[in-house]
Amino acid sequence: MHANGASKDHPPLLQTLPGDDVRQIMWRFAERFDCQMVVQSARAVARGPVARAVAKGARNSHEWTEEKAALLQEFDASGITAASIDPEYGGYIEGPKNFVLGLLAFELAWVDAGAGTSSMANTLALAPIHERGTPEQKQKYMAASIPPQPGESRTIWRGAFALTESIPYVGVDTGVLSGRVRVAEWKDGEEPILHVDKRGRFITNMGAANFVTAAVDSGDPRIKGSCMIILEETDSGTWDRGIPTKKLAHQLSSTRDPVFSLQVPANRIIGGYTVKDGVIVPNYSHADVIEAVFTRTRATPAIMTSAKLLSAIEPVIRYHRRRFRGAVGITEGTPRFDMGLQQKEDALHRLLDVWAAGEAGASLGFETARLLDTYDAIEKAKAEALAAQGIAGGRAELKALRAREADAAEYVVLSHKTAPTAAESARLATLEADPVVKFMVTESLSSVLIPSAKLWNTGHGVNMMREAVSMMGGYGITEDCPGFLGTKWIDGQLEATYEGPEVVQRRQLSVTMSRPIFLQQFQQWIKRLRSIAQDHPTLGLGTLAAAMELWFWSREYLSKAKDAHGRDLYSNQRHGVTYPLADALAWLVATYHLVQDVIELKAKGPAHPALAEGIDGLVGFYSDLTHIHCATSAGEATRICAELVFGYRAESDAAKAGDPEAFQDVAAFIALRTKVDGSLAGSKLAKDRAAESLSHVMIPEVLDYPV
Amino acid sequence: MSTGYHVVVLGSLVPDLLQTLEPVQGPTGPGLKNEMMLPAVLDPWAGHALFEAAHVAAAHPGSKVWLVSLGPKAKLQQLMMSIAQKVPFELVAVDGSASGFHDAFDVAEALAAAIERIPALDRSRLLLFGGCASASRDAGATVQMVGERLGITDQFLSADELTVTADGVLTVLERVEGGQYLASKVSGPPCAIAWATGSLPEPPNNPQVGMANMRGIMPALQKASSVQVGAQGGTTFMSLELPKQERKTRIVKDVPLDEMAREIAEWIKA
Ligand SMILES: Cc1cc2nc3c(=O)[nH]c(=O)nc-3n(C[C@H](O)[C@H](O)[C@H](O)COP(=O)(O)OP(=O)(O)OC[C@H]3O[C@@H](n4cnc5c(N)ncnc54)[C@H](O)[C@@H]3O)c2cc1C
Repeated sequence: MHANGASKDHPPLLQTLPGDDVRQIMWRFAERFDCQMVVQSARAVARGPVARAVAKGARNSHEWTEEKAALLQEFDASGITAASIDPEYGGYIEGPKNFVLGLLAFELAWVDAGAGTSSMANTLALAPIHERGTPEQKQKYMAASIPPQPGESRTIWRGAFALTESIPYVGVDTGVLSGRVRVAEWKDGEEPILHVDKRGRFITNMGAANFVTAAVDSGDPRIKGSCMIILEETDSGTWDRGIPTKKLAHQLSSTRDPVFSLQVPANRIIGGYTVKDGVIVPNYSHADVIEAVFTRTRATPAIMTSAKLLSAIEPVIRYHRRRFRGAVGITEGTPRFDMGLQQKEDALHRLLDVWAAGEAGASLGFETARLLDTYDAIEKAKAEALAAQGIAGGRAELKALRAREADAAEYVVLSHKTAPTAAESARLATLEADPVVKFMVTESLSSVLIPSAKLWNTGHGVNMMREAVSMMGGYGITEDCPGFLGTKWIDGQLEATYEGPEVVQRRQLSVTMSRPIFLQQFQQWIKRLRSIAQDHPTLGLGTLAAAMELWFWSREYLSKAKDAHGRDLYSNQRHGVTYPLADALAWLVATYHLVQDVIELKAKGPAHPALAEGIDGLVGFYSDLTHIHCATSAGEATRICAELVFGYRAESDAAKAGDPEAFQDVAAFIALRTKVDGSLAGSKLAKDRAAESLSHVMIPEVLDYPV
Repeated sequence: MSTGYHVVVLGSLVPDLLQTLEPVQGPTGPGLKNEMMLPAVLDPWAGHALFEAAHVAAAHPGSKVWLVSLGPKAKLQQLMMSIAQKVPFELVAVDGSASGFHDAFDVAEALAAAIERIPALDRSRLLLFGGCASASRDAGATVQMVGERLGITDQFLSADELTVTADGVLTVLERVEGGQYLASKVSGPPCAIAWATGSLPEPPNNPQVGMANMRGIMPALQKASSVQVGAQGGTTFMSLELPKQERKTRIVKDVPLDEMAREIAEWIKA
């Protein structure tokens, strides 16, 4: 054997588990020291006080205990709380914060996602104000949410976001609001006083909150439509935090069903209001506000679930490797001693699947967060450009955007050209400088990436977390399991549920995935994969590209085809068609972004002095892991598409009897499917190679957080 | 003293102690398996010295802290992402190996040279701090050797406490045999103190401190001079022997402290 573990039988192996250097390259923050520091800071809190609280059983209570509240103070002291707030209000990180919040969530969820949620909930409460609040509202609530500095005597404010209501009102359907706002008192020339009634359900942070951003509808002819409004603990009336939710997950965060019946001044309406003909007209409806909020906040929980999958690798390897050590007759140097359960191929292969899912989710989640970091400026530039043309939102804006769809699609094509002509470059530069086009392209992409990440990372992530748990045997479902894998599994189900359950993401994707600009983007991705496949022959790019082509074909086909009864297949209410197709897309999108990150690692890793020693093994392993995931993902997408393409034909269809003539309309599908199948050559060999790495990789002696 | 101290702390990185540290013979001499790829932490004794330095500096306005580190540049940069958040300091980086298999002599030479190059350093106000030991190379001699090279003859080893009276007299408690302390007084700087554990906890992270430190740290890393120490610097390792070590990690939960202490005592006696 060579020093890097290579022998003539197998290529260099992965030497150590990927550390910060690797992550910084893959997730593109090698140059962002602010982010790197936040990671270290959050990690120290997660693997210190948070892990100790979990190990001591802090999760075993539904109440908001002192022990849990103390964690918020840890977040304050370590810069976690202030990380989401702009410097002008006392924060310390410049610019958009989606990515940095993703990193924070990653570090906290590595140990306990409930802790991650506690820190995230405050950001969620502030999000309506951040996105749509008036300057005064921003100043007041952002500044109050900054931990007091030395010498200040104030106490910090914490918030909660209250959209969901008691059954039968708001849940997945955010339109059925029962919360009401009425005019209580309106003296001439003075700020109207409003009365707000809101009963929340499952409201996070409610044990600690001093203010709430609540969604309400008008219950008064003198107020037009719905809005979001800020309630404070000291407002006159009822501020009842309500009963704690008896959660099975995320017990380190507080969740309650609060009841509010409060008088507040009208200037608490988020984004302000105007008065028209004696009627208060909020500048933003609750739907406007929550759309802006959820656009920015859904990548974070998606990243949490992926963090947990990646956190499971080390404990599972350690458990497997040491499983038989200490037994009579199993002596050092024997395979059973050295490798334990890692002698078994299944143990290695299944863990690789967990690892690949975690990587792909993280790649997608962080790419989404990075894209969102560009969003605010692009959206603002678009609004200004349209305003200059006299267009200020609403239908006029939709119409104006529709008129630019062809330009946006052209931009997508041109921006993917590797060798554009001079004319194409000039045209690209013109389109690039056009804020409306830029916005349309970014928006079409983000409205696929966000729901894909939220849907796939959490949904598939929970399934894979279950796999991780099962690999620890009985230990997996005990409180003593190293890495808290059992709790991470059930916690994942909450990440799949809050901030819009899977159905909400599928519903959004079913619309956004069929928009022409995205479809153009998708085709460019396929082209890119094909063009780089030769340079990266071991990544399985051909498989992914073939599966993407098959998905693309299937979507086109389904959008025109009818079922055996003559009904359209691709329509709003046909969840049986559109939702699985959305699932298939999310698999592919996640895998595509894993590919991008691994290519980045291949490009930048060798120049990194700390990685040079083991770079061949590192890159080789990640290439194999990507190959494995391309194969799995292609398999999933293909299976789903095949079911959709064939499943709506009549049971008497000749195709069922194997009549080759009957396949004519789907011959292209069959050819594509054969292409996918054929492209799988080598994918299992990649798994064998990666398994070899997994059984040799060096891991720390003990986990760096308590159990 | 109105102008404060110039505290220079010697400290570098060691591999994270939770990792498997396996000695191997590399092409340029002995080292640890995968040493560059293992996560690194600040040498714990150097950490104590740094936190004590920050404490002294905070108590004496006009003081300044430098951290002089000899280590691989890329690894130092990574280390700074956590250390820079703890206390304010200016980094002086020297790019070279921080392996445990070096001789304190080479290292002291490189460190002393780096200190001599610090332009703003007032040697009459210098407190030279470092660890009395290292987690990876426990020669326990580096601080003394650097002190000698800088002409500092008031040296205190294994210190746990430094107090300063109003007239500027420094009192140092040094660990001596039998759990006793030797209290020494020195009229003022310059002096060298190799710290044992000191008495300060590790400060919490504060990214705001970190961001302020980073403004100086990145340029310091960029202009780090490079040195060759140990085998690379010409030291020949005739033979190498690992101290016999027995490491038995056992994870326990809910065991009272007394019970743990009793078990450890029995294990030592056995
Ligand atoms: C621990 C916890 C913390 C939370 N924190 C907050 C918070 O801080 N603030 C807040 O406002 N909310 C919060 N929520 C609420 C959360 O966002 C909602 O639970 C979620 O949106 C789903 O609403 P619901 O539970 O009423 O489910 P329902 O609306 O009853 O939906 C149940 C299921 O029915 C199906 N379904 C529903 N509608 C459709 C449809 N149109 N088409 C197809 N299928 C459908 C889906 O499978 C769906 O998952 C939290 C929830 C929990 C559990």
